[in-house]
Amino acid sequence: MAHAVEEAGPARPLTMADGTPLKVALARATRRSKIRAFLLVAPLLLFILVTFIFPIVDMLMRSVDNPEVNEAIPQTVAELENWDGEGLPQDAVFAAFIQEMGDRSEGQRRNIGRMGARLNYEDGGFRSLINKSQRAAAKIQDDPMQFALVGFDERWEDKATWPTLDALAETPEFAEVLPETAALLRKWETGNSPFAEKTPKPETYPTLLTELESAQADGSLDRLLPLVQAENEELAALLEKTATGAGEIRENPLRFALVGVDPDWGKPRTWTIIKQVSSPITFSYYLNAVDRTYDIEGNIVMQPEWKQIYVQLFMKTIYVSIGVTVACLILAYPISYLLATLPPSKGNLLLILVLLPFWTSLLVRTTSWIVLLQTQGVINDTLVFLGILSDDNRIEMIYNMTGTIIAMTHILLPFMVLPMYSVMKTISPSYMRAARSLGANPLIAFVRVYMPQTVPGIGAGSILVFILAIGYYITPALVGGQDGQLISNFIAYHMQKSLNWGLAAALGTILLAGVLVMYWLYDRLVGIDNMKLG
Amino acid sequence: MAEKKTPFVQFVEVQKTYDGEILVVKDLNLDIQAGEFVTMLGPSGSGKTTCLMMLAGFETPTEGTIMLGGRELNHVPPHKRGIGMVFQNYALFPHMTVAENLAFPLQVRKLSKADTEAKVQRALDMVELGAFGGRRPGQLSGGQQQRVALARALVFEPDLVLMDEPLGALDKNLREQMQYEIKHIHEQLGMTVVYVTHDQSEALTMSDRIAVFNDGKIQQLATPPDLYERPDNAFVAEFIGENNRLRGTVKEVNGTSCTVDVDGHIIQALSVNHNGTGSQTTLSLRPERVALDPAPGSMPNVFDAKVEELIYLGDHIRTRVSTCGDDEFIVKVPNSHAHASLSRGQKVQVGWALDDCRALDA
Ligand SMILES: Nc1ncnc2c1ncn2[C@@H]1O[C@H](COP(=O)(O)OP(=O)(O)O)[C@@H](O)[C@H]1O
Ligand SMILES: [Mg+2]
Repeated sequence: MAHAVEEAGPARPLTMADGTPLKVALARATRRSKIRAFLLVAPLLLFILVTFIFPIVDMLMRSVDNPEVNEAIPQTVAELENWDGEGLPQDAVFAAFIQEMGDRSEGQRRNIGRMGARLNYEDGGFRSLINKSQRAAAKIQDDPMQFALVGFDERWEDKATWPTLDALAETPEFAEVLPETAALLRKWETGNSPFAEKTPKPETYPTLLTELESAQADGSLDRLLPLVQAENEELAALLEKTATGAGEIRENPLRFALVGVDPDWGKPRTWTIIKQVSSPITFSYYLNAVDRTYDIEGNIVMQPEWKQIYVQLFMKTIYVSIGVTVACLILAYPISYLLATLPPSKGNLLLILVLLPFWTSLLVRTTSWIVLLQTQGVINDTLVFLGILSDDNRIEMIYNMTGTIIAMTHILLPFMVLPMYSVMKTISPSYMRAARSLGANPLIAFVRVYMPQTVPGIGAGSILVFILAIGYYITPALVGGQDGQLISNFIAYHMQKSLNWGLAAALGTILLAGVLVMYWLYDRLVGIDNMKLG
Repeated sequence: MAEKKTPFVQFVEVQKTYDGEILVVKDLNLDIQAGEFVTMLGPSGSGKTTCLMMLAGFETPTEGTIMLGGRELNHVPPHKRGIGMVFQNYALFPHMTVAENLAFPLQVRKLSKADTEAKVQRALDMVELGAFGGRRPGQLSGGQQQRVALARALVFEPDLVLMDEPLGALDKNLREQMQYEIKHIHEQLGMTVVYVTHDQSEALTMSDRIAVFNDGKIQQLATPPDLYERPDNAFVAEFIGENNRLRGTVKEVNGTSCTVDVDGHIIQALSVNHNGTGSQTTLSLRPERVALDPAPGSMPNVFDAKVEELIYLGDHIRTRVSTCGDDEFIVKVPNSHAHASLSRGQKVQVGWALDDCRALDA
């Protein structure tokens, strides 16, 4: 009894004649067609993936990617981790830095070049600083003490210093106080012999430092100095100073050597910047793209006034895009209306006229605007000819914002006309007639009955034109002159000229985000389902 | 005596051409009394919509005048004519709710908000859609949309309402139901209605008078019974209801009757619309007026016939016979005991009265 009830119950799955459940059979039947559908879509999917999704993801990554410093000097970066930011970094940093800078291998040289370019975005002097230091680093590695001495006091580099010392080394006092040094200096081949060396034997430098230090400690140096003073006052001062600093120099020879290459290495700021830039991810491109930057403490601050261009540029781009969109709307609405209401024969002719610009090269169209609008162009000539303008008062209509707006409006107009036309074409004339028969005069009928039904077309056209305008490049580049340049022209500049791809990517990403925000807003206000592109 | 009153709507010698070559409406004269329900009936392309559009003001007559309530309409723009209109596709504004659609004509007339709301509600109640005011037209069924369109055409209480094939998009049942509803509303409100349709049964059901259109001309303007019983010409006879046609030559005319030679058979007919003795004529005869095997001497026209086909239709049997040289001759035989045994090929006699057979134009 209970069994019978259970079997008759509605929960029993439906089965095919052979007993397979209906669901399974259905899934099996549809799988083939699903696979086929997918295979048909696959090539396009792949194409879009490769040409659209990957580049965008790559752009997003580039805008925060910061590998240059880390790739060039990883050891130094690791050592900088241990630096507290007070004073100069510990000697290990200098050691690692010189080690890595001195690597003359092909790949490393390229890495260092990139690092220089990257650091240059932060501070203008970096590229030359890095170049200079790279050349010096290999030599420092060979002879650290020599460069340390020079770094400590550059008089050690003077032409006269060593020969003078060499001469003094012949005296017994010198040989007594600084015996090893004297011995080494005696071995130095000077003069005009083919074996002459410009500088003393490399061992001379550390030996000199060691002996100076101990000579000062046991007071024997005081016996030597008057002698030297009699010969050369300045050299005596240098020896005394060096003797005093010898301990320090022997402890940190590389720091003195590097500072000797460029005093900037002796400034904590230089190292702070390197440390800041060494993190593998950075927001500095984005900050840069909104006219901000990190200060030396890592706070976000405004860029100096002369560098603040991007916010203003973004605003200008948005204003121009809105302006172009509105201009297109005003021009396209009556045309679309006419297209949609004219009998097909005339309507098609008009449509061809609207589409004609589409069939003409963008460059030709833009150039024709130049011909029309330039100061010696058709319009100005006509106005002057008619006496409306005097010859020296010709209007500047191109190579400025006016030119950009006029040419862009012209070029983007079809993108407004087509969606509006396709929407208007579906609006039956009987709506207007109904409104009229219900007592509305033509204006009210148009505003209250016709126009609301065109909103999907207005929305689609506007969003299309706006999105195209906000990223427009070629027209502003050709007719924009100085002040008609838009954000995309700067993106292109950073892509092609300054090669600051990170900044270009950040600007592009902000642009993309702006477009997405627009899209979202439109969806909230009008509803994306209402958008009709055709 | 109704003729004495000045008509509410008047077409006077109206002509219309769209392209300057073909007259779509020819010499139209039509008087419509206040409160009348007049239907323009005719095949597609006969110019009915054009007439309606001229009345509504969306087309201008090429020639002639249209008068409404004694006022010449030619230069009155559509929105000042105060004519309600129901369109074939309803033309409900898709971006407005049903209530907003109905409020629209009241708002443009600057009625107060309270009045507007009350009238909208009353109109919705009248078409039994009281609860649907908040919906969009797209969320309604075809029949409901039709009612909204009707309510919208009526809500501002026009004296004249035009309807252009308003039921054309509905299925048969709904269409019949709406026919009665429209008829009742007309009776209730008493406005004048000009109705356009190509469906003759719709016209017969609803109208006070029907104007049959063909080729831009009114063929006949009459009440439904007159139109059916007494068609003026062969087109009307053919267009309205079922009809047997017999072609022949007029032999002799005696006052209101005449004799016609059809394929050697002499038929007595009512002389209605022919060009006199010797002219060609079409005899028109309703199938239900033909008697099978009439009592001898009871009818002037009795002829031999042979049953060709029998179609059983319940209440009657549709019988196709050949007689007088015509094998498409239809007889509607009542399903009674007398004719229970008809069979194909059987020889019978058919007969009809003189008054039921009208001699019309060829
Ligand atoms: N706007 C128009 N332009 C040109 N010809 C038209 C127009 N409207 C109707 N016609 C023509 O006029 C004739 C009558 O049309 P219409 O009044 O719509 O007929 P109906 O409503 O009886 O079907 C048709 O031949 C049609 O082709
Ligand atoms: Mg029509």
